Amino acid sequence: MKQAAWKARIKEVFMQAVFFIAACTSILAVILICVFLFANGLPAIGKIGPMEFLLGTRWKPGNNIFGILPFILGSIYVTAGAILIGVPIGILTSIFMAYYCPKKIYRPLKAATELLAGIPSVVYGFFGMMVLVPLLRQIPHCKGNVMLTACILLGIMILPTIIGTTETALRSVPAMYHEGALALGATKERSVFTVIVPAAKSGVLTGIVLGIGRAIGETMAVIMVAGNQTKMPESLFKGVRTMTANIVIEMGYATDLHREALIATAVVLFVFILIINVSVSLLRRGGNGSN
Amino acid sequence: MEAINKQTAGDKLHALQKHPGSLILFLLVVLAACVTFAVLIFLIAYILIRGVPYLTPELFSLHYTSDNVSLMPALFNTIEMIFLALILAVPVGIFSAIYLVEYAKKGNKFVGIVRVTAETLSGIPSIVYGLFGMLFFVTKLKWGYSMLAGAFTLAIMILPLIMRTTEEALIAVPDSYREGSFGLGAGKLRTVFQVVLPSAIPGILAGVILGIGRIVGETAALMYTSGTVAKYAGAMESGRTLALHMYVLTSEALHVDQASATAVVLLVIVIGINAFSGFIAKKLAKKTGE
Repeated sequence: MKQAAWKARIKEVFMQAVFFIAACTSILAVILICVFLFANGLPAIGKIGPMEFLLGTRWKPGNNIFGILPFILGSIYVTAGAILIGVPIGILTSIFMAYYCPKKIYRPLKAATELLAGIPSVVYGFFGMMVLVPLLRQIPHCKGNVMLTACILLGIMILPTIIGTTETALRSVPAMYHEGALALGATKERSVFTVIVPAAKSGVLTGIVLGIGRAIGETMAVIMVAGNQTKMPESLFKGVRTMTANIVIEMGYATDLHREALIATAVVLFVFILIINVSVSLLRRGGNGSN
Repeated sequence: MEAINKQTAGDKLHALQKHPGSLILFLLVVLAACVTFAVLIFLIAYILIRGVPYLTPELFSLHYTSDNVSLMPALFNTIEMIFLALILAVPVGIFSAIYLVEYAKKGNKFVGIVRVTAETLSGIPSIVYGLFGMLFFVTKLKWGYSMLAGAFTLAIMILPLIMRTTEEALIAVPDSYREGSFGLGAGKLRTVFQVVLPSAIPGILAGVILGIGRIVGETAALMYTSGTVAKYAGAMESGRTLALHMYVLTSEALHVDQASATAVVLLVIVIGINAFSGFIAKKLAKKTGE
């Protein structure tokens, strides 16, 4: 009898240890990712020179010139464009979902936004390549594979992220805010836009920042539509290459310093993402504090 | 009986006429919603109309040649990849959620760190995962381009998703279940596995399905970990999944029609996955509603 109790006790302790180790996995994963990226990328930045690497405007691996400013700017421009297109449409759509959508069609529309999030990025890229690129080719002196195409496509791709987060934020605003505004004689629109949206501000901002993260990290869809020239991005109607695209396109054949420079590009991208992550958690915390 | 504050369409129109600003906002909201759903409908319709005519028997022939560009090896590899990645990620994800919810004390620092790292993981772009997988699994552990390297990479990628959904599912289990089980003399472990976990299964399943969706659609993380060889791959061999197959076909530009057919297959899988997870969520809602 005593032995059985001991056995049970050991089993309990053993399994608790297993659960604990499992919980450590994500910490371990983050540490491993950081260590391997930084260990393989930072030496290259040192060799090339941080200034030459981050601010260099020319990328010529054949001549050992590695400046990734064109790609950093490319990523920023494309992301900014996607935000300009995706955020207004996304927020307005989430307002529709939360306040205007007739009950009968809510379920299918909600499922539709979830589907939009589930469609693989290659399929988006294919759609962009077959539909958006020829469409933009109608503009004179525009080859179709340009920054604007990438902006539009990414703008579509971040919609589900923004709609999901914003709708949740809008719904968490107490109904009495809305009712109070209506009782004071405001129209429904005025109540939603001047009372509800400001009250849901931190959630809305979180959605936008998550959208930025998705846009800046997107790879395949961008490669398929953006032209990928290595020169500095010039205008909306010229080709552009992002950091993510640079890594995927050249990793297949890169060696030595070139390969390390590509990993260093990923390090820069990773730092961008870390900044975005930190701002998301700060925003979330701020949101919880004010509620 | 009609509600006293009922506003008819006519009243609404009248109110909007008096407030042009509100009218504009109202129109913008409706317009934006129309744009969003029109884009989705157009995208799906385009992929289907473009791709369905090319769903030929050759595309599904058992052996891949550069002529028929059969998607069967890729389909097989996708299923294998889902299987491998889930075997790795699901137990770890569920166990760590169990630790966070059932064992760790409230307000524990360790829990905070795990949450932050999980959030960090879920924000990392897939190409960064791909590079990490290449540096660690492919090069450092000398696995070469292999399904296993890809599966490990994807497992880390979907781990935060499984952890979060499981955590939510576990938290939703009422404490009275646990107290009842303890009261009947069951130990902690037995309570977790026989009482708490079974009632959390629908929530966990929803997370797993979302994870499958991510695995099916993933390309950037797999390109330099599992590689792009078009054959039925064993765990230590390189093989392309369906999404990667489609990317390769598209970028080679010789088989755009077959690529569009592959897009249809991918889209059908994704819609199926979404419908299934919606179905489970509905069941879950019904259950908690009781």
